[in-house]
Amino acid sequence: MQTAQADRTNGVDPTIAVRGLWKVFGPAEAKIADSPLLELSSAEFRLQTGSTIAVRDVSFDVMPGEVFVVMGLSGSGKSTLVRCLTRLIEPSLGQVLLDGEDIRAADEDRLRELRRRRFSMVFQHFGLLPHRRVIDNVAFGLELRGESRDVRRARAREMCELVGLTAHMDSYPDQLSGGQQQRVGLARALAGDPEVMFFDEPFSALDPLIRRDMQSEVIRLHNEVGKTMVFITHDLAEALKLGDHIVIMRDGQIVQAGRPADLVGAPADQYVRDFVRDVPRASVLTLRWIMRAARDEDAADGPELPAETIIQDAVPTAIDSEKAIRVTEGGNLLGVVDRVQILTAVGGEAP
Amino acid sequence: MSAATAVSRVTAPVPRKVWALLLAVVAVVLYVAFAGQYTLAHDNDAPLFRQINDIREWVDANRNSNILLVIFVNGVRGGITALFDLFMLILHGLSWPGLTAIGAILGFAVGRWRMAGLVATGFLSFGVLGLWERSVDTLALTLAAVVISLAIGIPLGIAAGRSDRFMNALRPILDVMQIMPTFAYLAPFTLFFLIGPATAAIVTMIYAVPPAIRITALGIRGVAPASVEAATSLGSTSRQLLSKVQLPMARRTIILGINQTIMMALSMVVITALIDAPGLGKNIIKALQINDVGLAFDAGIAIVIMAIMLDRLTTQASERLDPAKPGGPIAIFGRTGRAATAIAVGICAAAVAAGNLALGGDAFPEDLHFSFRTPINDIVHWVALNLYDVTEGIKNVTTYGLINPIQTVLTSAPWWLVAIVIIGIAVLVSGPRVALIAAACLGILATFQMWEHGMQTLTAVMVATILTLAVGLLFGVLSARNDRFSVVLRPLLDAAQTMPAFVYLLPAVALFGPTRFTGIVAALIYAVPPVIRLVEIGVRTVSAPVREAAISAGTTPRQLLFKVELPLARPALLVAANQGIILVLAMVVVGGLVGGGALGYDVVAGFARRDFFGEGLAAGIAIVALGIMLDRITQGAGSGQRDGSLPGGASRVLGG
Repeated sequence: MQTAQADRTNGVDPTIAVRGLWKVFGPAEAKIADSPLLELSSAEFRLQTGSTIAVRDVSFDVMPGEVFVVMGLSGSGKSTLVRCLTRLIEPSLGQVLLDGEDIRAADEDRLRELRRRRFSMVFQHFGLLPHRRVIDNVAFGLELRGESRDVRRARAREMCELVGLTAHMDSYPDQLSGGQQQRVGLARALAGDPEVMFFDEPFSALDPLIRRDMQSEVIRLHNEVGKTMVFITHDLAEALKLGDHIVIMRDGQIVQAGRPADLVGAPADQYVRDFVRDVPRASVLTLRWIMRAARDEDAADGPELPAETIIQDAVPTAIDSEKAIRVTEGGNLLGVVDRVQILTAVGGEAP
Repeated sequence: MSAATAVSRVTAPVPRKVWALLLAVVAVVLYVAFAGQYTLAHDNDAPLFRQINDIREWVDANRNSNILLVIFVNGVRGGITALFDLFMLILHGLSWPGLTAIGAILGFAVGRWRMAGLVATGFLSFGVLGLWERSVDTLALTLAAVVISLAIGIPLGIAAGRSDRFMNALRPILDVMQIMPTFAYLAPFTLFFLIGPATAAIVTMIYAVPPAIRITALGIRGVAPASVEAATSLGSTSRQLLSKVQLPMARRTIILGINQTIMMALSMVVITALIDAPGLGKNIIKALQINDVGLAFDAGIAIVIMAIMLDRLTTQASERLDPAKPGGPIAIFGRTGRAATAIAVGICAAAVAAGNLALGGDAFPEDLHFSFRTPINDIVHWVALNLYDVTEGIKNVTTYGLINPIQTVLTSAPWWLVAIVIIGIAVLVSGPRVALIAAACLGILATFQMWEHGMQTLTAVMVATILTLAVGLLFGVLSARNDRFSVVLRPLLDAAQTMPAFVYLLPAVALFGPTRFTGIVAALIYAVPPVIRLVEIGVRTVSAPVREAAISAGTTPRQLLFKVELPLARPALLVAANQGIILVLAMVVVGGLVGGGALGYDVVAGFARRDFFGEGLAAGIAIVALGIMLDRITQGAGSGQRDGSLPGGASRVLGG
């Protein structure tokens, strides 16, 4: 986890830095600071205090422009966590820094200002206003911050075009399908031109096919507008598809953080291993994960492929050549991959 | 070991039954031993009543000199009177063609030609019945009371919708306001505010404001949390959240609350004729006094028509305001927007002008009058003559079989024995807290010298409740199991529930004359429709899979009803019992107007005669105590099953 973290920062300051974040629901919330109670397991804590630890000592960095995915099952604290980042739920302990500014220290006016201009959120159940037309829903945030009618209309129209809602701008939300409604949610979140967008399981209420469309839509939007995105999901495939960086949460804690390949290739514990068991490894892992050291009997003139090649993409090469593939990085030979390793990976066996 | 657990399992529920049996045995033994002793016989001239009369004398004497009385009493009274006078001036000044036209335009705005026709027909029928002025008086008083109710109720409702703490503080107050029989709190208010329209508007507000508060709060709370959260995350202020999200999304529900408030205000305004408020209620009081059913019938019809008009208008308005389905623009003769408004204003102005200049202003043409008085009185006469044996038989069976024995026991038993039994029942049914409330309420009955009359009223309530539950259960189960029966019954229930309580006295008086039994019959007619509704809902909501499972296990229809449907509908049945008993009490005391005697009569006498004021006031307080006691005991039986928005007249929400 530490190494993955170090890889990413590269001297750039994180957009969001979370440090030692806790959230406790219940009467004990007020008295946990520096308390020995924090050492207790979640179950014991509940037994002793009647309160529940929803987020437990979470720290991470979100780098500018990346899609940062928080993945976990229901009850893992991921939705609470994302709400703590915007203080829709007040954190109990810890720091949330947005470009170095501690959000927890913001007073109400400052917080409102941050919400209006710096970040926005897309919700699982959309949260649209049924009494407003689509365009007025999209313009709602702009209206709240006092933009003139012309400005917000023009901007809202632009956003509707961006997410493909031009034909529905004058409809009411209830006249739209679920997928279209979430496009409204997306457009509304984009309208304020925020720095960071939060997505709280935005597609889990949608049909699988629509969900896939919407995921592609997010990837497209991310490429076009280049926002920093924090994306909450319980769907591993979604996490792997969208995430530049993924953290897996369980019982309010981060159990593993890393790139998609890190999670699939080197699960930190049994919990993560169970999670990633059914992931088609060949489409996530690179040759680096399955190569072996070169041996004397390996031909020195086998085909060469870079270490970052996805296993799947190496299959045609392996078919063409009986010789082991030479895995290289910057011209140096790291190791070799022969048909056995590739077939094993494609066949779904753990290395 | 297994035997031991089996025994403990069997013994666990027994104590309650044992205690109940013990209580019954003790009660019987003590009654036999002490019957006729330690009774608190009624004294019309009790010192307490005279003291209350003295307070009234003092208030009257200092009305214009004591600074507190001047500010709080005369000020409030003056303000409300001014509001009422304003409505009177406007509504009467519009003339009958003008008011009819405006009503029709309003109807058109919310429901097109159908509603326009309904409202116009309604207004014209007031004139045809010869009741134009009285109807407009009632309308003006209702509107004044509704304006006050909404001015207080909606802000409180919004606050209660946004703050749990405020809601929790408000809830018990609203509960008490809704179980107080309307009849009972007329007197205390006349003490300060005198008789007349201002007091009428105030007591009407007390009756009609709880649904405005509750339903507004319900609407605010019902706004999808996702929308509230989304708006918050976009950085809305608390005020923006209210004005741009919560109010618009709740407006449909709030209009429903306004509908309830209007309907309840109308029914209360009719009753306030007892304290000399103007309007249709006066005709009914007069008719009751001279036992002229035909006279009251016309007024009753006018009230029902007004109720239907106001109900449909507001229901339609609420449907038009459905946030997700906004209706198209309103078009008059194919024009919309400003042109339509201009046409509407033009029509109204023309009608007002024509009405005042050419069509008699506030006076509906007399040659168009039609009255049901003679035909109705003929029918009543015929019934009285030909069905005498039947009605007399029913009356006598109930009187001698139920009313007299119960009343004899309750009034001849020592007061402490009655108290022990009631408190014992409260403990067994609802627990010690409720028992404490019951004890306090009984204490109030005794303190205010109303024990004997309280027991008589309790008798009437018990008899009417037994009859109401029997009839309600029968019809409720029938209509739950038979769709056709339900369809036939529904419009009847709708009509019954839009009618102001007062009207129910009429058929009762027509059939049974002014007796104790009459009030019970009126209470039965009044309370049965909501009970049928609740029973039907309860039985119908037994889940289909459960029913299916029972049928596939081979139940007979009778087994299905008694072993599955009724037990599962228990919560709804308990709510029905609670509702029934509260409605019955409210009506039984109104029966004081038609020979019901006891507390109800004391209240009526208190209005009519100055020297009975103290007794009437004490009776009013005793009725409230009785109501709270019965409500808490029966509500405890359903413990927490009653939805916060249900009590009192608000059960109409369920029905409608």
